[in-house]
Amino acid sequence: MSELKELIQDKISKESFSGNGSLKALSQKGLELFNEQGIPTVKHEEWKYTRISVVLNKDFSYAVDATAVTAKDVDAFRLPGHEAANELVFVNGIYHAELSNIRSSADELVILPLSEAVKGEYKAIVDANLGHSAGYHNDGVNALNNAFAYQGLFISVKKNKSVEHPLYCYYINDARTVNVLSQPRTLIHVAVNAEVKLVEEEVTIGTSDSFINKVSEIVVEENAQVHIYKIQNEDSHSSCVKTTHVRQLGVSKVNSVTITLNGGTIRNNLNFILEAPGCESNMYGLYCVKGNTHIDNHTIVDNQQPHSLSNELYKGIMDENATGVFNGKIFVRQDAQKTNAYQSNKNVLLSDTASVNTKPQLEIFADDVKCSHGCTIGRLDDEALFYLQARGIGEKAAKALLLHAFAIEILEKIELEPIRQYVDQIISERLDFEI
Amino acid sequence: MLSIKNLQARIEEKEILKGINLEIKAGEVHAIMGPNGSGKSTLASVLAGRSDYEVTGGTVEFQGKDLLELAPEDRAREGVFLAFQYPIEIPGVSTTNFIKTAVNEVRKYRGEEPMDAVAFLKKMKEKMKLVEIDQSLLSRSLNEGFSGGEKKRNEIFQMAMLEPKFAILDETDSGLDIDALRIVAEGVNKLKSKDNATLVITHYQRLLEYIVPDYVHVLYKGRIVKSGGKELALELEEKGYDFIKEELGEEVEA
Repeated sequence: MSELKELIQDKISKESFSGNGSLKALSQKGLELFNEQGIPTVKHEEWKYTRISVVLNKDFSYAVDATAVTAKDVDAFRLPGHEAANELVFVNGIYHAELSNIRSSADELVILPLSEAVKGEYKAIVDANLGHSAGYHNDGVNALNNAFAYQGLFISVKKNKSVEHPLYCYYINDARTVNVLSQPRTLIHVAVNAEVKLVEEEVTIGTSDSFINKVSEIVVEENAQVHIYKIQNEDSHSSCVKTTHVRQLGVSKVNSVTITLNGGTIRNNLNFILEAPGCESNMYGLYCVKGNTHIDNHTIVDNQQPHSLSNELYKGIMDENATGVFNGKIFVRQDAQKTNAYQSNKNVLLSDTASVNTKPQLEIFADDVKCSHGCTIGRLDDEALFYLQARGIGEKAAKALLLHAFAIEILEKIELEPIRQYVDQIISERLDFEI
Repeated sequence: MLSIKNLQARIEEKEILKGINLEIKAGEVHAIMGPNGSGKSTLASVLAGRSDYEVTGGTVEFQGKDLLELAPEDRAREGVFLAFQYPIEIPGVSTTNFIKTAVNEVRKYRGEEPMDAVAFLKKMKEKMKLVEIDQSLLSRSLNEGFSGGEKKRNEIFQMAMLEPKFAILDETDSGLDIDALRIVAEGVNKLKSKDNATLVITHYQRLLEYIVPDYVHVLYKGRIVKSGGKELALELEEKGYDFIKEELGEEVEA
């Protein structure tokens, strides 16, 4: 990894970073921490069940030319509803303005390189929020992305604006000639009383190995609403660590739905830091995976103030040799009285070789709270199966019906119809279910 | 139509049915009564093909076919219907879609074209009236949050939609108030024809005031110990199940 170290130091010395203290500091600190810690092994408590070093310790290229990707390449994977969406295209980790289509006006939506945002009117926001996730992820993977933060993107949704066009973010790795490791970084600021929907998808072009190590920090102000929909549907040579770190600074509502349909090794870190009273956070996930896909969802809900509500429901359908990890941490700090925090993880294993490790972790320091957690790992309900069969529905169709029913509870949480239908279509085909 | 000969079945190591003999012809309504634990629901489950039960002896012939050889879905497609004692709640499966799938799977088995949307809706409306079931209930997830009465009416509604040749009502009266019982029973009566048959399984005589059986059988300790006409049900109601035990020469607990 010495190549990487030199690359970043070279970049840092070449690029002009005058007046961008917090960004430069984060990049430098990230580099130092990465050099010190390296890629986590399974000895690291947070990486016990996900052997990230196996997929990350490869001969990756770090600075691949982005110009080879054309609009036609992008056409191949645009998501339904894109005609009415802001499309943000990242190539090999870096925002690509020419390939992107921004439909919202600048008085609603501001998109700037972080290196500019850190200097101008958004300086205070960047300084206060950039790198906040590092406090929750003290490991080499997060540090590595921090080292590349200088090439990140800043997005701001302006006060009182409800952005009509959802933000479709495509994270493309161009792995047609070499193995690509990319480090996309975003800081998204959703101002007071604003509303926005985000849709994210990773895409690998080509058949070489691809790794996306992404960090997205989202700052949500008073009375704002944010929807975050992630779709993960890649081949086995594509792996990723995606960290989404949400700070709710005022009474606000954030919904997150993470759909994982295949890939190599996938780690999703999802953090909700509830820093104001009365926040609502909904975290839903569905992983429907097979082959040798490894899906690891690590979530943190940090309740710091009273009267907040968090709902968490992750469901898994695991087939063939797929492996899964669910780790759900809930902190309820001493001041966070009257917190309601619910967590549930339900899994159906369709093969004898699929497995799931699930671990709830509740740390409660307040005394007047309602918290619950539960997890199940099992097969389809025999009683339900018999009921359907007793009505003439064949075993295969009955199983498909039940699995689809299991999945639909999560799909219904996607409040963006073209995306919901798109995901439902893929799942139904996977399960041999006729919609 | 249905011929059960010396049927024996067990669950795990426990023998429950110890040699059942029963002949049911088209157009007939039979009732099976008996105390708790006598094997009534086991008989229903074995006929419908629930896999928890192991058939250890005997035969069941349904319209010339060996019923016990058929998978549960094929029994349903052949025209056997079980109205469940405890209908299952299945969140995420809409009742309408479920019934449509079931109807079309049965049609496919019989070599018929799937029902088109218009014909299906027309049939639904017609059968909904029969059991006084509301459209809003059918657009909800299957049995989810339904009251006891709504679940039972939904069972009879499914029966109306599938038009079975042989229907088994497994304690359909349990947990029903008198109005729901009347609706359910009227539904069953309207579905009765000279070409189909019904087996009513019940603990109480009450249901049989509404669905009048041609024959009543008493099941006790895994065997049919007494058969008779509809008056047998009244006799049981009056004397209780102890009189059966007395007839069999068993000691009756005080």
